[in-house]
Amino acid sequence: MNSEKNQLAEDWDMVIEPRSSLFSLNLREVWRHGYLLMMFVRRDLVSVYKQTILGPLWFFIQPLLTTITFTIIFGNIAKISTDGLPQVLFYMSGITLWNYFSDCLTNTSNTFTVNASIFGKVYFPRLVMPLSRAISGLAKFGVQFLLFVVFLIYYKITGSDVHPDISGILLVTPVVVVILAGLALGLGLILSAMTTKYRDLFFLITFGIQLLMYATPVIYPISSMDAKFRWLIQGNPISWLVEAFRHVYLGAGELSIPGLAYSFGVMVVILVIGVVIFNRVEKTFMDTV
Amino acid sequence: MRTVINVEDISKQYRLGLVGTGTLKDDLYRWWYRIQGKEDPLLKVGEVNDRSKKGSSDYVFALKDVGFDVAQGEVLGIIGKNGAGKSTLLKVLSRTTSPSTGRIRIKGRVASLLEVGTGFHPELTGRENIFLNGAILGMTKQEITRKFDEIVDFSGVERYIDTPVKRYSSGMYVRLAFGVAAHLESEILIVDEVLAVGDIEFQKKSLGKMGEVSRQGGKTVLFVSHNMISIGSLCNKLLVMKHGQVDFHGDVKEGLNYYINHMQHVIESSDLSESLKALPEDEYFELLDFDLQQEQSDGEVFLSSRPIKVCYRYRIKKRITGLRVGFDFIEQKSEMTLFTVFHDDSYKTVEPWQEGVYTSEAIIDANLLREGSFIINIAVCVHNVRWIINGELKVPLEVRNIEGITPIYGFEKRPGFLLPPIAWRNEPAGE
Repeated sequence: MNSEKNQLAEDWDMVIEPRSSLFSLNLREVWRHGYLLMMFVRRDLVSVYKQTILGPLWFFIQPLLTTITFTIIFGNIAKISTDGLPQVLFYMSGITLWNYFSDCLTNTSNTFTVNASIFGKVYFPRLVMPLSRAISGLAKFGVQFLLFVVFLIYYKITGSDVHPDISGILLVTPVVVVILAGLALGLGLILSAMTTKYRDLFFLITFGIQLLMYATPVIYPISSMDAKFRWLIQGNPISWLVEAFRHVYLGAGELSIPGLAYSFGVMVVILVIGVVIFNRVEKTFMDTV
Repeated sequence: MRTVINVEDISKQYRLGLVGTGTLKDDLYRWWYRIQGKEDPLLKVGEVNDRSKKGSSDYVFALKDVGFDVAQGEVLGIIGKNGAGKSTLLKVLSRTTSPSTGRIRIKGRVASLLEVGTGFHPELTGRENIFLNGAILGMTKQEITRKFDEIVDFSGVERYIDTPVKRYSSGMYVRLAFGVAAHLESEILIVDEVLAVGDIEFQKKSLGKMGEVSRQGGKTVLFVSHNMISIGSLCNKLLVMKHGQVDFHGDVKEGLNYYINHMQHVIESSDLSESLKALPEDEYFELLDFDLQQEQSDGEVFLSSRPIKVCYRYRIKKRITGLRVGFDFIEQKSEMTLFTVFHDDSYKTVEPWQEGVYTSEAIIDANLLREGSFIINIAVCVHNVRWIINGELKVPLEVRNIEGITPIYGFEKRPGFLLPPIAWRNEPAGE
């Protein structure tokens, strides 16, 4: 027995201690659970089309109906400018991006509460769960994005005033998607950590996402904004993404490199804060949920 | 054998009641002390976790200074009353929550099985769930692929492997889930009472699988259970938890004895006196006290290997003839087992009883009962005339077979409810 006590520190594979330092993120552990991540993504995707009658068709129906609604209300009744673009394409481009952001945010912000039963029984790096949500959301985004592209091609062929810029598309699309995903994930992580203790934040989240959409140029272009309020919209990192996206696909809107850099910076800060807070909560959240 | 799990002074503190006002205050308070480099002030006010007594503090220790070592290949049973800290200990060990103080060091891969089928998705097929559940439990894709056929074979759901598990019967579901868990390739396995599921046939199979795992693979197993039979048959070491602390750590047989002898009363003695008072008034007879006694027993749980004394104390208020004091002996899951009264030897006796206080004692022989839950139904009557007490007073009797005749029969409880020593003689009979 006594000799066993003298085992060297490196003899142990795992040490469980009450509190680790703020930045012991153990991202390598997350990396090692790549297969689990894949399985969760797969589960999300498969369960969506198995549970519903229309299955993945919902992926198309939702943005289509929203686009039609927006076209009627904002385009035809309120007559809000669309930067001279066909209304359907204008709204659809905004909705496609916004949907991904809002889905990703809602699905990650409830990580702890929704998965409490699994988390209470098995250990794996909790970060795998919100990551899988962000990735499976990407599949839905992909489908809606294709829908948008189909419409874009149709409008182009029928001679509408749209000017897709192929090299811009190839360059800007991945940048926009990565920043958007990072923002949603980071914000979701922060919120998920907070909702474990303060449940009423859930109401705020649903409500907040709705409000945030109006602070993002989804139903209007930045150019139509009164100078008095423009700073507000420009402070929103998502605005620059939507504008850049519209610029390369439709040929209107502002492609601003400093704007994108700003979005990227905000994304990095939020993501780091999110991961740190999340990491801190994951160790003890079972006691508070 | 080297130590693979080293637990040092683990404590786990919980806050009682709801998270209400004051959490933010407490959080700030803690934070203030921490940046000053002082010890967490709120940790001091906690106390030992005894749920029956009301603590003076809002904080309670589910675990307090728990420390022990587990050597490689050891099968350690963890037993204790509800609230003794067993589950919290498992949770801390399996990292689903972190300790408040202390340190645990582990050598080797740990798989914890606090539940079967964690993360099973009803819409996914059996095949998909094997991969998902395996991944959740920490298996790599290669491991699952390699073990796939074995898992399917073990759980016996081959025909339905591509059917969503929501269409499975609960038995199939559990078998599949356990099948995945049983094929984990980890050096250390932490198991909660997951075996208490499924039919007898399957329980036998899973217990067998666990035993096999530890014996052949040199795996270390931590097994929490209430079932002393399965602990007795699987484990070689035992940890008895009480009020969040280690009450006993050592050899399993010794430990189970210790546990039996130190278990608290299940039913308070005040309950019995209440029931005695509630008995219908009788002109001739009054039962004053009733007690079950066994050497070294606390009066609630009894060993089958030692005699049990059934004791009565009663007052005869008026002279009475033909009095019979006795009891029905009922095995809880079946009908009556036996009926006995003090004149069983001479049923014709109708001698008179004068006024006064009397006692009667009956001895239930050692090694008569199998392990189980019995009921003593107190019966008092005037012979061939009327019942004085029958059915109004039932006393539970828990019997455990720890040191008696072969408690384990295969992996099940031995069938039947009586276990008297039967003399057998085997001789060669020639051709």
